[in-house]
Amino acid sequence: MSTASSARAADLRAGDPKSSAPASASAKKAGAVASWVDERTGIAKGASFMLKKVFPDHWSFMLGEVAMYSMIICLLTGVFLSLWFIPSAGQIPYEGSYLPLKGITMSEAYSSTLGISFDVRGGLLIRQIHHWAALMFVVSLSVHMFRVFFTGAFRKPREINWVIGTMLSMLALIEGFAGYSLPDDLLSGTGLRAAEGFIRSVPIVGSYVSYMMFGGAFPGEAIIPRLYAVHVLLLPAVLIGLFTAHIILVMVHKHTQYSGPGRTNENVVGFPLMPVYTAKAGGFFFLVFGLLSLISALVTINPIWAYGPYDPSPVTAGSQPDWYMGFADGALRLLPGWLEFELFGFTLSLNVFLGAVLLIPVMYTITGAYPFLERWITGDNREHHILDRPRNVPTRTALGVAAITSYLVLMFAAGNDIIAIRLQMSINDITRAFQVLFFVAPILTFWVSRRICLSLQRHDRDKVLHGRESGTLVRTPDGQYYEVHEELNEFDRWKLVGFESPAPLALPSGKDANGVASKDAKKELRRAKWSKFFFTSRVEPVTPAELAAAHHHGEHEAIETPAGAGAHAIKQAKHD
Amino acid sequence: MNALAARRRHPAAIALLLFLGLALVGATYSLFAPKPAQAAVATADKVADGKALFQANCATCHGISAEGTKSGPTLIGVGAAAVDFQVGTGRMPLSAPNVQAPRIEQVKYSQEQIEAMGAFVASLAPGPAVPDKATVEAEGDVALGGELFRVNCSMCHNFAGSGGALTRGKYAPALYGVEAKHIYEAMITGPQSMPVFDDKNIDAKGKASIISYLKTVETQPNVGGMNLGNMGPVSEGLFIWIFGLALMIGTAYWLGQKAA
Repeated sequence: MSTASSARAADLRAGDPKSSAPASASAKKAGAVASWVDERTGIAKGASFMLKKVFPDHWSFMLGEVAMYSMIICLLTGVFLSLWFIPSAGQIPYEGSYLPLKGITMSEAYSSTLGISFDVRGGLLIRQIHHWAALMFVVSLSVHMFRVFFTGAFRKPREINWVIGTMLSMLALIEGFAGYSLPDDLLSGTGLRAAEGFIRSVPIVGSYVSYMMFGGAFPGEAIIPRLYAVHVLLLPAVLIGLFTAHIILVMVHKHTQYSGPGRTNENVVGFPLMPVYTAKAGGFFFLVFGLLSLISALVTINPIWAYGPYDPSPVTAGSQPDWYMGFADGALRLLPGWLEFELFGFTLSLNVFLGAVLLIPVMYTITGAYPFLERWITGDNREHHILDRPRNVPTRTALGVAAITSYLVLMFAAGNDIIAIRLQMSINDITRAFQVLFFVAPILTFWVSRRICLSLQRHDRDKVLHGRESGTLVRTPDGQYYEVHEELNEFDRWKLVGFESPAPLALPSGKDANGVASKDAKKELRRAKWSKFFFTSRVEPVTPAELAAAHHHGEHEAIETPAGAGAHAIKQAKHD
Repeated sequence: MNALAARRRHPAAIALLLFLGLALVGATYSLFAPKPAQAAVATADKVADGKALFQANCATCHGISAEGTKSGPTLIGVGAAAVDFQVGTGRMPLSAPNVQAPRIEQVKYSQEQIEAMGAFVASLAPGPAVPDKATVEAEGDVALGGELFRVNCSMCHNFAGSGGALTRGKYAPALYGVEAKHIYEAMITGPQSMPVFDDKNIDAKGKASIISYLKTVETQPNVGGMNLGNMGPVSEGLFIWIFGLALMIGTAYWLGQKAA
């Protein structure tokens, strides 16, 4: 409205000599401050670059934002908690206001956490926000990773950012575990005891590393202050550093976008950061904060007072880590006992080491390496700023689903005792079932999801060629019946045809032009095999020629809209 | 009637119809459901009565003189406390063979009958007697009880007494809503997979303290909000994945729909 009228006003006075409108007093002041800052820091250029940045609009692009905000909320609430928390394993009798623990000897860490929960005003709420936000942080960053993976947003030029994100994810687990271990309640102490066992299962160096970490035998007094330093100082610094790099790279690369009319690899269609996204994203921060506060006000998390103080002798039933460490715990529960054996007089606890220690770096290495592996297979060196629809890259999607399946099997295995008691089943059967599922389920889900992708693609193809079944039956004068197929509009059609489906690499002959065996023959052969695995099952997008042929062939199928024009537009766009 | 007929395709019609059907079935069932038989025993000789009751109801599995069979253990020496616990919590008579006798709210026998059977079992050989009211309801030290509970009980019954899994479908039951007397009896008789905690392990004061602790945990308000069943981090993880994530995605989607 206002832009329109001001534009008209500008038209009318087009010939006038230029005169800027007198700035209001506050605008003058703001301008003065801005130029004062700019003259001293040169920030204007960078700020205008940032504020003019355009972002595309889609809910799935906000998952990363949820992670970012959860992390910020953790930082804010963490500062509050650190004002009262005492990171010390020194034993004192409890004198606070929670009666069922009155007079019990406990560590200062636990006592001060009880103090935060019961004697600091609003302390329990902040503690619960801190913990729920931590869980939400890992949940949202995982789902954000799923989005990036399934849409192929990790492809060139974003491989480095994918690796950074992978590192952020792994560090978030460690940061979370360090925080979980700090209050020194029965559960966190049990977690630390388990961690000590894991470290000692590392062949050769395990027991030395454990002695160094704990400053002697478990539990000792050193671990809590050390974990505290790691939790509030070291890891947050690394997390924030990597996170900043992550965001800067998003700015540098520009945001990816879903395919659509007018969206190309060279542009970003959306709204600028200022004012649209500052308002939206700023508002979203408060929404996330509000929702997390609501959850924290209504639902207990980690009721440390119920667990009681840590004491190495008792272990409670239902001792589990927070969900993000569940997969490692689950792997531990699934590994068979015969993996512990003696070798040259030394005990090798592979039943512990493989699941609890080795699994985490292995999983993250595979995750981080995926973009490079895929690039090697596809040989695709181009930049990609348009996202894939998951169905259009069936093998990648199926690989992702299979990976998530094995992760889920491990994660649910960590809750085998809870499943057993809640569903009244035998824990032995559940564990055995998970052991089998770990090998079988990923294969099954891989196959099923690839088939689903392909059938969805075929459906898309069908829709593009023959339009949408409208449900309207028409009888022709000569007595024939047919169903009217409503043709897709150009915008909808674009989304269904705007993708590539490369054919697998041809098997190399292994010889060069002169018939001499090539040095790289083996490597090329291997690559061709992988390419076959990746691209054999595929559905090609509808070409303009096919579309035109379909229209020509089944003219009565379409209500007469300018179909030719649509096909033409697509053809033109594809030649861009 | 016309107004009703006009609304028969209302979206809520199916839900309403289902609700009515279910309500009707429920009401009919409650009318025809079999009622537990009531039979009062009013004889002075408890042991003889107990013997009669035992032979009529328990001997199939436990043997005609409680010597035990393939299907049930011997009851010689288990004492009246074991009978009071097993029958008083509805675990016995066992309704179906299973890995473990479940607690059933509907107790099959009256307190007199249970006492009579207890007297009969106690007459076979000495065993733990039913604790008197004063012992069970003695004032306990809640903090001490908590410590004893964590050291001795929480590895199976969970930190808050919400129960935990044992091997092959067996389990340590939740301890909410259990009478103090029955908790005490469970400790002195060690039913099913549970070990016996006699007075040398945990003295009477300690037992009373554990009971006080459990009752405190059960009745204290949930200061942090809903406790998600006191199952530990698994339920928290499930909650944040289902409700937390749904809330966030819903909000993100809603915000995305807002005009820029």
